[in-house]
Amino acid sequence: MSTRAGRVALAALPVAFIGYLFVYPVTRILVMSVGEGMTDVFTSASTRSVVWFTLWQAVASTLLTLLVSMPLTAVLSHFSFPGRSLVRAFVTVPFVLPTVVVGSAFVALGLTRTIWGILAAHVFFNVAVVVRTVGGVWSRLDRSVVDAARSLGASPFAAFRRITLPILGPSITAALSIVFLFTFTSFGVVLILGGLTYRTIEVEIYQRATTFLDLEAAGALALLQLVGVVGILWAYGRYQRTRSVGLELAAESQVLRRVSTPKERAVVWSTVIATLGLIATPLAVLVARSLRGGLAGWRFLVDPGRLAITPGEAIVNSLTFAVVGAVIATAVGLTAASLIARGSTVVSSTFDTVLMLPLGTSAVTIGFGFLVALDQPVDLRGSVVLVPLAHALVAVPFVVRSTLPTLRAIRPDLREAAATLGASPRKVFRHVDLAIVARAAMVGAGFAAAVSLGEFGATSFIVRPNSVTIPTLIFRLLGRPGAVTFTGAMALSVILMFLTTALILSIDRLRAGEIGEF
Amino acid sequence: MLSVQGVSKQFGTTRALDDVSIDVGDHTVAILGPSGCGKSTLLRVIAGLERPDAGRVYWDGDEITTTPAHLRDFGLMFQTFALFPHRTVGQNVSFGLEMHGVPADERDRRVAEALAWVGMDRFRDRRIDGLSGGEKQRVALARTLAPRPRMVMLDEPLGSLDRLIRDRLIEEIAELLSETGTPAIYVTHDHDEARALSDRVALMRAGRIVQRGSWRELERDPVDDWVARFIGE
Repeated sequence: MSTRAGRVALAALPVAFIGYLFVYPVTRILVMSVGEGMTDVFTSASTRSVVWFTLWQAVASTLLTLLVSMPLTAVLSHFSFPGRSLVRAFVTVPFVLPTVVVGSAFVALGLTRTIWGILAAHVFFNVAVVVRTVGGVWSRLDRSVVDAARSLGASPFAAFRRITLPILGPSITAALSIVFLFTFTSFGVVLILGGLTYRTIEVEIYQRATTFLDLEAAGALALLQLVGVVGILWAYGRYQRTRSVGLELAAESQVLRRVSTPKERAVVWSTVIATLGLIATPLAVLVARSLRGGLAGWRFLVDPGRLAITPGEAIVNSLTFAVVGAVIATAVGLTAASLIARGSTVVSSTFDTVLMLPLGTSAVTIGFGFLVALDQPVDLRGSVVLVPLAHALVAVPFVVRSTLPTLRAIRPDLREAAATLGASPRKVFRHVDLAIVARAAMVGAGFAAAVSLGEFGATSFIVRPNSVTIPTLIFRLLGRPGAVTFTGAMALSVILMFLTTALILSIDRLRAGEIGEF
Repeated sequence: MLSVQGVSKQFGTTRALDDVSIDVGDHTVAILGPSGCGKSTLLRVIAGLERPDAGRVYWDGDEITTTPAHLRDFGLMFQTFALFPHRTVGQNVSFGLEMHGVPADERDRRVAEALAWVGMDRFRDRRIDGLSGGEKQRVALARTLAPRPRMVMLDEPLGSLDRLIRDRLIEEIAELLSETGTPAIYVTHDHDEARALSDRVALMRAGRIVQRGSWRELERDPVDDWVARFIGE
């Protein structure tokens, strides 16, 4: 697709997709809520307390996450030991788990309606962000820089404070910004664990819109949150530009040392065991809770009695939406990524930023926007199609992020090399372009399917009796009385946990040795 | 003066240093050997960045085997230069002076002086990532010498530079070392470089020092075929 006209035609798909499903609904929310009522919403005492809670719990969650993650990050960045990559993989599991599963796990721990439950769940979720973002730099930081500081007279502590910490600074702030953004817009966890006591802006939008049917107030809050999110992203981008240092990273194999002294062994293993214990406990308790009273909870899944939607139907729905959503997201994301990879710098970076917006905005805003805006040109609001469309929208940024590096890496010289080795143009396309992209596309599709399986925020707005998914059903079951229903919710959470984990692990196998940004 | 006595160091199954002894007085000593022979490990043991499994290190008769690196006052210049990416050229050179508690106004003067030695005074406020290989090398040298260490060690300091720049820099380094009167250990795998800097040489191979002496002694009386071939190249 080398001609200008061809590129424009290709751009039509992602532009139309983002335009109709994201930009247009957000504009409708804006139009709907601007008015006299808006000032009242912003100045009311209840909004103030929700905003205050949203901010402080996000700050507290972020700092706690840093505190819990740093020991393991430091250990993984200094030592190589048997099982190191397994530890890294295991830490990543919570990050990809659906919010509803995490919510259920902390309900199983008995932390409902406590602030500690919310904070602990946020830490549990985000340990991987710090371990991977900071560890990715630290484990490849050429140690001769630290050695140089030591030989110039810096004590180990001074070398850490004056050299290591400033060099890691940008990656630490990057991790903190991501964690802050996730916890600032936290929905599923807070909705399940907070009850009516603890509400983030995200939860408040949902409750105003669905429980009190006050769409204007919900819209005003959605805009308020959008401003907050854009502000965080802007500040973060600015900081990264001013603080970035030209860092030459070494190979991990050159940096990491074997664990040799007994003292090192004690530090490494106590840190690994403590952190893994923190991560494994909620999951183990979830599985144990689903087995309380024998297999009653699991039998309930097969024979739920008077339940309008059976768990079986929800599982079929979820799997169908995951496939359809992944196909749509991959088509849109791959088209967009190939345009970004080949286009000029200005156009590419603008396009790149616009495509990231659905990720930065909140899932609830997306669902709310669908509900408000998608009555034109045809009324889609009651349609089953809405769910996979919402899932695809949330997943597109993931597809773009996971395929873009690969697409950028197909340089012209690869094709030229193949040609000089005797490949015809057709064979060049098949063995170079297609072979490389196919793998990346599979990874992108896998991520999209995982996102779809766990999506809760947007789905909870647009779900209809005939489109109930596993996460929305779990939420409904948690809200019903009865011990068997509760155990059933735990069992269904266990199923969702295994589905997501299996999917992510198979992507990881596909990705071994690949480049990618997630 | 420095005295290393019977130092050994093992990494896993590799014997990096095997009973190495060496004395360094007022002159520059060149340690010459193929890559992977243990030269860098020896420097790291002397610098205090690596604890030897056996053997001792002395300075003026005092044992310093277990003294931490930051208290040894030895300058070490790295093969990769190891410049601090988040600091400017001037701030890099200033670091050692800050660590030694030199007051700000004197620090300022000595940073300027050290940069002038290597002809980089106009680069003081520049960022590291914009420098060429030769410029980085000069900054690294200035940073090593600025705190006026009691001895300097240079680990393949010209390894990554191209021939033309190397020849010029060798002369400059030799001049600087004799001007500041600092004893030095110069590690390299290139005997032209070693010869240009020093008339004393220690030849290393597979973790052992196989022969030491002046160039003339080594040429006249090589201990084995390997030595004869290695310096005859």
